[in-house]
Amino acid sequence: MAETAISHGHDVGHGAHSSTGMSNNKLGMWMFLGSECLLFGGLISTYMLYKGRVNEGPQPDQIFDIPFTSVSSFILLMSSLTMVLAVSAAQRKDERNMNLWLVITALLGATFVGGQVYEFTAFYREGLGFTTSLFGSSFYTLTGFHGVHVSVGIIMLMALVGMNRNKRIPGDRAEVVELVGLYWHFVDVVWIIIFTLVYLIPS
Amino acid sequence: MSTATEHTEHTDGHEAEHHGLSDMQYIKIALILAALTAIEVSTYYVDFGPFFMPTLFILMIIKFVIVASYFMHLKFDNKMFSYLFYSGLLLAIAVYCGFLATFKFFIQKG
Amino acid sequence: MTIIDRPSTDVAVVGGAPTGVKPSEALGVFKRPTASTSWRDWVVTVDHKKLGIMYGVTAFFFFIVGGVEALLIRLQLIAPDGTVLNADQYNQMFTMHATTMVFLFVMPMAAAFANYFVPLQIGARDVAFPRLNAFGFWCFLFGGLFLNSSWFLGGGADGGWFMYAPNSSTLFSPSHGIDFWTLGLQITGIASLTGAINLIVTILNMRAPGMKMMRMPIFTWMILVTQFLLLFAIPVITVALFLLSFQRSFDATFFDVASGADPLLWQHLFWIFGHPEVYIMILPSFGIISEVLPVFSKKPLFGYPIVAMSGAAIGFVGWGVWAHHMFASGLGPVSVTVFSMATMAIAVPTGVKIVNWVMTMWGGKLTFTVPMLFAIALVVQFTIGGLSGVTHAVAPSDTQQTDTYYIVAHFHYVLFGGAVFGLFSGFYYWWPKMFRRQLSEGLGKWNFWLMVIGMNLTFGPMHILGLQGQPRRMGVWTEARAGEGFFNLGFWNQVASIGSFVLGIGVLMFLVNIVYTHKSKKIAIAPLDPWDGRTLEWMTHNPPQEHNFDTIPTVSHLDEFFHRKYETDATTHAVTQVHSAEEVMAELNAHPDEHIHMPSRSYWPILLALSLPVITYGLIYNRMLMAVGAAMTMLTMFGWSMEPSTSPDEDFDPPAPGEGGGHTKELSPLG
Repeated sequence: MAETAISHGHDVGHGAHSSTGMSNNKLGMWMFLGSECLLFGGLISTYMLYKGRVNEGPQPDQIFDIPFTSVSSFILLMSSLTMVLAVSAAQRKDERNMNLWLVITALLGATFVGGQVYEFTAFYREGLGFTTSLFGSSFYTLTGFHGVHVSVGIIMLMALVGMNRNKRIPGDRAEVVELVGLYWHFVDVVWIIIFTLVYLIPS
Repeated sequence: MSTATEHTEHTDGHEAEHHGLSDMQYIKIALILAALTAIEVSTYYVDFGPFFMPTLFILMIIKFVIVASYFMHLKFDNKMFSYLFYSGLLLAIAVYCGFLATFKFFIQKG
Repeated sequence: MTIIDRPSTDVAVVGGAPTGVKPSEALGVFKRPTASTSWRDWVVTVDHKKLGIMYGVTAFFFFIVGGVEALLIRLQLIAPDGTVLNADQYNQMFTMHATTMVFLFVMPMAAAFANYFVPLQIGARDVAFPRLNAFGFWCFLFGGLFLNSSWFLGGGADGGWFMYAPNSSTLFSPSHGIDFWTLGLQITGIASLTGAINLIVTILNMRAPGMKMMRMPIFTWMILVTQFLLLFAIPVITVALFLLSFQRSFDATFFDVASGADPLLWQHLFWIFGHPEVYIMILPSFGIISEVLPVFSKKPLFGYPIVAMSGAAIGFVGWGVWAHHMFASGLGPVSVTVFSMATMAIAVPTGVKIVNWVMTMWGGKLTFTVPMLFAIALVVQFTIGGLSGVTHAVAPSDTQQTDTYYIVAHFHYVLFGGAVFGLFSGFYYWWPKMFRRQLSEGLGKWNFWLMVIGMNLTFGPMHILGLQGQPRRMGVWTEARAGEGFFNLGFWNQVASIGSFVLGIGVLMFLVNIVYTHKSKKIAIAPLDPWDGRTLEWMTHNPPQEHNFDTIPTVSHLDEFFHRKYETDATTHAVTQVHSAEEVMAELNAHPDEHIHMPSRSYWPILLALSLPVITYGLIYNRMLMAVGAAMTMLTMFGWSMEPSTSPDEDFDPPAPGEGGGHTKELSPLG
């Protein structure tokens, strides 16, 4: 996806092909993220509405393991740091560090997803299934959607590393890394909200 | 997933307008974020009394804004990105608060 | 000046024919497609004009499908104790009629116009993300076909177009119809979301030099507002559809009242999407007639900034009125009051627009061509529908009207009399631009009058039926309970049914007109500027070349094309024509841009879109198939991301002398 239909005549100066001076790709990504706010907003609101409706199943504060989730939240937060370092390295055209930080970001993300899988199985053993109660359905849907977003991010990071190794990233590489970074940070800020609203504030 | 049909002379232009912070500054920001998270988690162990909810909400907003402004470069980038993103966010907050209000969600909580 | 004088047959050649392209083998799995003359070009194209036509043809196909469904509904109600459809089929029919008309006709038809004309109106050569544009079209096509394939796989969805849960859970609707509905709408939702991002970026970023926001044509403005509404509304319906899918496929409990679920959850989520959706459908038509009325009144649009801003205001307030669809659901007095007030408020910017259109025509030299007739009909019919809409804002009155035919009458006046008439106005107005021939005015007038009479005969009586208490979605009426005299339900049902067939014939006349126009020897090629247009799209060939403009114009006025043709005397304010359209174009193209790079064709959009129905069929029938589809999605996304949007320079052979060589159009300077 890219800017196209650009006149490459000699009269074209720097950035003359965009009326506002913004990159098409970044503008598109920011709009996508704005749209995602409404998606996660809907899921979070559904959870807020239903978190107290537990049927015979467990209450939220009975099963949440705050120390464990705090650690995994911290890991995701730190992956934002490594991501921004990767972007910064890409802008310096420092390929070695860029690859390094991308891999570390992906690993931190994978740790977070692994933690989520562990958490889900633990909850399931304690009696909270997807169909147990409204709390169960809405909790798994909300955190599951977030987990899928993290997983997609991991795939994008690994694809970046693989493509970079073969020198196959089309276009402006620093910008591609930055776009993936924007997505990654967004997924992180969504977790900042979920961590507070879902985990830290009891029902 | 992106390509830009820019030639090398354009990339030079990008280089010149490169902005953001140094790696050291990013690490400092991450440390601040870590500290804020530590305060958040401490609410689980220490009783904050009536300040419990306000503390959590304020910390959440501060963390959100820090990540968006510095890690996502909103502070340095074209203001249009901020307008677009925050209009989506504020619209979501307004609409869904209205939605929850019709369920008397906020009244239950007192 | 050969570009202008070139014989018309050559225009088609210039529009395509990238010969001599050597696809790079360094990138991607496939060689880049290079076909351009055969049908294959329509499969791999990323040209916004071709995609616009594809959107239009597909949407019109679904218009006919939805229209046949509507005629079956009216046939069922033409006589007492109707036996055309049984109750189950009737439920499917009205559900699929509404779903098809809303999601598969009005929205994509607006997308068709937006795709074709927004880049032309802002002086761009293509949209910002051409492959994403193609992907959006294929998602719409495959999503629509997937949705309609339910007819052959156990019956369509039967929960009404707003599919209220828990009525739409498996307990009450055990067939797969609603599964097809939720998943099909997810796929078309992807089309809308990608289209929204694409068009907003295009409008913000790809305007010609000098084309400030407040110099953009109103159609482009309305499309911009519409796309913002889509951008933020689509994720809400996505959430709702996911919740319903999870409930139906994985036994989630979101709408299971026995577990304590709130049945209003779905209603809220649906209408938070659904009300912006109403404006998503109508604003593009407002934009179209805001182009048509000035042209045929020979006056600039009255209060251009106010029309633009009232559109934005409608878009904004449109987010705060959703619960007026739910006044009868027991929201509580505070909510009802708030939403009632907001709903009354939103009538204001809409009224402002109507005043502006009337003032545009006031004192103008009106010519009653078919596009103008449709535009005037929109103003009239939409005002009627808008006024009955205001009666819904009054909550006590709405409680009486909810779920009666009065509602049906209201939204058909605004949607058929508003949105659809606007789209027809657009067909007639822009037909010569797209297809080089002007649709026959004579047949067009038949088309117009049959549609106007048919629509008023069909939907007018529904006001009476509704106020007499005939519930919407009622499948059978009986003579015994039809009442007497003027308010006899049977009589008005018959009038409405007859009217619907008049309407059907009216739409048929449009198809007849297309065939006649393009087959008849009597209809000549349309002149370059048949209507004396005002905006940039008329500063191109009919149809525009693949790269739209040989030279990107520099814009210095609102209604730029008009200002290049006409001059106003400073003292007498007399407007005189100083240049013909041909002269304006010749002047513009005297120094064509060199080395125009157009985006390259690609297989990936259609392949990626094709993987989505595989996933959704898999979800319904076989989880293994779902895994196959997911793998296809991953692979095609990977292939897509490896392929540069525009092939690098080394992929192009240097053009042979005398022909437009490949994607790089070497236009030798003519001056």
